[in-house]
Amino acid sequence: MHMLKIEDLHASVEGREILRGINLEVKAGEMHAIMGPNGSGKSTLASVLAGRQDYEVTRGSVTFRGKDMLEMSPEDRAREGLFLAFQYPVEIPGVSTTNFVKTALNEKRKYHGQEPMDAAAFLKLMKEKMKLVEIDRSLLTRSINEGFSGGEKKRNEIFQMAMLEPDLAILDETDSGLDIDALRIVANGVNKLRNQQRAVIVITHYQRLLDYLQPDVVHVLLNGRIVKTGTKELALELEEKGYDFIKDEVSITA
Amino acid sequence: MKATQTAYLQDRFHRLQSSDPAGFLEMLRDRGFSAFSRSGLPGPKNEEWKYTDVTALFDAPYRLAFEEETGALPAAWKSGRLPGARQANELVFLNGRYEPGLSVIRSPKEELEILPLETAASGAYSELVKSHLDKSSEVVKDGLQALNTSFIYGGLFIHVPERATVSHPVYIYHVADTTHHPVLAQPRSLVIVERAAFLDLVETFMTTGSHDSFTNGVLEIVANLDARVEYCRIQNDVPHASSVSTTHIRQTGKSFVNTVVVSLNGGVIRNNVNLILEAAGNEAHMYGLYLLKGQTHVDNHTMVDNRQPNCFSNEYYKGILDEKSTGVFNGKIFVRPDAQKTNAYQSNKNILLSDDASVNTKPQLEIYADDVKCSHGCTVGQLDEEALFYLRSRGIPAAHARSMLLHAFADDIVQHIRLEPLREHVQHLITDRLFIP
Repeated sequence: MHMLKIEDLHASVEGREILRGINLEVKAGEMHAIMGPNGSGKSTLASVLAGRQDYEVTRGSVTFRGKDMLEMSPEDRAREGLFLAFQYPVEIPGVSTTNFVKTALNEKRKYHGQEPMDAAAFLKLMKEKMKLVEIDRSLLTRSINEGFSGGEKKRNEIFQMAMLEPDLAILDETDSGLDIDALRIVANGVNKLRNQQRAVIVITHYQRLLDYLQPDVVHVLLNGRIVKTGTKELALELEEKGYDFIKDEVSITA
Repeated sequence: MKATQTAYLQDRFHRLQSSDPAGFLEMLRDRGFSAFSRSGLPGPKNEEWKYTDVTALFDAPYRLAFEEETGALPAAWKSGRLPGARQANELVFLNGRYEPGLSVIRSPKEELEILPLETAASGAYSELVKSHLDKSSEVVKDGLQALNTSFIYGGLFIHVPERATVSHPVYIYHVADTTHHPVLAQPRSLVIVERAAFLDLVETFMTTGSHDSFTNGVLEIVANLDARVEYCRIQNDVPHASSVSTTHIRQTGKSFVNTVVVSLNGGVIRNNVNLILEAAGNEAHMYGLYLLKGQTHVDNHTMVDNRQPNCFSNEYYKGILDEKSTGVFNGKIFVRPDAQKTNAYQSNKNILLSDDASVNTKPQLEIYADDVKCSHGCTVGQLDEEALFYLRSRGIPAAHARSMLLHAFADDIVQHIRLEPLREHVQHLITDRLFIP
């Protein structure tokens, strides 16, 4: 069964149509990359899936593990197993990452009828996941993302993903603003989190993150539609020739 | 001001003067009442009182402190005792009069002397009282302060000797017992912190009984060279309790002052915090939090008067206003010609949770020196939608996410309460208010 099924999805922001009929199916265990030039609708797709309210879905459907996802609040989507790693993680003064993740984790457990995790078990889990993204404890006791470097913010996103153990993770331009070392750490973290039950959608502009992640499927998004789907070699071809070759190809076939 | 109000206060003033001949204090009362007669109660045409109307509060048939027998503390007062009280000097004002018999002094005399103001004014401390009591009226001309001075009676004097570190903080409870009639309480205190001495001072308010209370209090603090003063005011009273609290702190020597004013509940509340930086190199921090609902009105007026060079002041006030509550912030900074190299910062941030809540915020900088760093800023808005979405996207329900953000917003101020039991107490009050499930 498909974990995620997107059919003919149209979405607008402030009356301007950005997504113009997206079709996508993702199965458990798969990693899909969605590439595309600036303004093609990549981040809009991530935002619509996570439930950001600035976007209006005008047509189509999104089914997540058999449920109509568009009907769900952002928090319910998360508790059903969706995770969005933000392109620009928000700084929240006064709320520590530890406290935040603990609250989020326990809200998820509550939703699934489980008892809250006790302090010792939480600490143990945290220590284990911290290693995964090589994130320092002191960073997690500080206010969420406040004063963090670009790399620290992205590592914090992957740390949260590790803690919340989603069924479907969407990484929205997680590579942007990262130097080569930070990119490697983040990619390693993501790779360690891959398994047969979990699906990942990687949204990116560049090929370099995909070198580390080796996605199963690569899609090209252009003007709000997926215009080409292929293997990871497609990403290499894009890197070499740029997006123009796709644009030419699409305009010929259209 | 209405003629009936004037006549009532005039009558009471003459009664007090004839019944309580008190030398210097009597002279001060005279001076106060002349000033009050000239200015009257501040009305809405007074720029300093534009958004806060106290004149209506004087309509009730109040009784004044000198008209009352010394009472017992109402039983309900125990519920208002602050955490850490067993380690504190607990000083009680009942209906505006300091009651030594109801107070508990835990500090030895070498650390701290606590006396009725009358005793201090006529005894060994008379020179100190003469040189400092009501000195602040030279800086701030205000009808309500003048009214307080007109009725100085049953005041409090605190002296912290040189190099003393007060191991027991001072908690001042302003208790109004309105069981039988409305109360106009006018507590008056003078606190002298000598060289290199350290004092924690806390004020709180409590009204019992169903009649209205109105507390018009004046507290003057003098901080000498190398002194440190930590001052905290907590207002969590009933909706029919109103107050105007004026705290003047004069830093006469290079010293450190930290003030935190927390307003949670009450009727009409006006807080004046005035810092007069009289020596070079003074450091002052002023924090405020108002977390309001119902029809509570809180007006925070602050003033920092920089008179000498190299002073630093930082002022940070935050408000969360719900339902029909209203807020005012007015922050005045004077930098006088001699106060070169002044660093003065001011910020006021507000979150409105309801369409019926409102806030008026106004920075007021008057700078007469040319080599200074001053900044000010104010914001009025709603919760950060981006932050809210971030929390929700991790599975935290909207209501819970909202209260987490509000709590963090408020805690930013509460962190600056130095006394731990008190800080935790305020944190609990805020948690209860903001309801984190």
